[in-house]
Amino acid sequence: MEIKDFIANFADQFEDTDPEEITAETKFHDLEEWDSLIALAVLNMTEKKYGKKITFDEMKVCVTVENLFNVIAAK
Amino acid sequence: MKNPFTLEEKIILVTGGASGIGKATALLCAQMGADVVLVDLNEQGLKQAAEEIGKESTEIHALNLTNEEQLEEMISSLPKLDGVVSNAGIVYSLLAKFNESKDMERIFNINTFSHINLIQGLIKGKKLNKGASIVFTSSMSGVYCGIAGGSLYGATKAALAGYSKALAIELAPRGIRVNTVHPGMIQTPLTSNTSLSQELLEEDAKNYPLGRYGKPEEVAAAMCYLLSDATVWMTGTQLLLDGGYSLK
Repeated sequence: MEIKDFIANFADQFEDTDPEEITAETKFHDLEEWDSLIALAVLNMTEKKYGKKITFDEMKVCVTVENLFNVIAAK
Repeated sequence: MKNPFTLEEKIILVTGGASGIGKATALLCAQMGADVVLVDLNEQGLKQAAEEIGKESTEIHALNLTNEEQLEEMISSLPKLDGVVSNAGIVYSLLAKFNESKDMERIFNINTFSHINLIQGLIKGKKLNKGASIVFTSSMSGVYCGIAGGSLYGATKAALAGYSKALAIELAPRGIRVNTVHPGMIQTPLTSNTSLSQELLEEDAKNYPLGRYGKPEEVAAAMCYLLSDATVWMTGTQLLLDGGYSLK
């Protein structure tokens, strides 16, 4: 699991947000488009692409995309 | 006067009987006087449920309902039934853009196809007594409302409601009734195993006009109502239990 890949897959869950705007340091909860549907899309993507399940609670405590990547990678 | 809600002298099969709605239904059926036959994948849970029921007549069958051979073998060993609660199912929260054939197969196999196979086997094996009652656990989701991530789940549950209509017509000449119950979110192991946290579940429960999620025992009461002779003239109906959720 590579962080570069993960960031691309993460950014792909957004419809209107420019993928260039999303980096490892992005505080994703602050993105204008971030909502519960995008959050579910990220959980579904994580399961489909990486075969790993995380919960909304685990996602909620992550601040940056890199934090989230680390939580998932550790699974 | 005979109590119209009694289940005395009835033998009732409950699938998914090791936990949640199925277990609560089995317990209440037994309390109301029925002998119960429990089916589930979880053998330990079945033994526990049978112990809680505390009646010697209780039968348990641990099997995978999606395995047609196992299902056929179980059906052939069954006594004649007065009631069937076809309830086994799974929840899978998946947005439409992620729905793949393998996901459809998995959820339809257990939530829909295994129910149809069970009924087919029971009819073919002449295991349903005259005047028997069949109840399917459908859902409010997919029939009365939509929930994000619930497209496949809702489709499997709506399929059961659709299937029930023609089944009700076909079995009516023998006085066999077919109805569906449509619960909203119920506090069961199935819902607490989702990726939602307790906090999010509590927040979501506020969307219910009656202020909370349902309890398995409350769905069990609806099941027993439909299994009893109180509803002897009800067939092809959909009984919604959603704390008012779909009113909004």
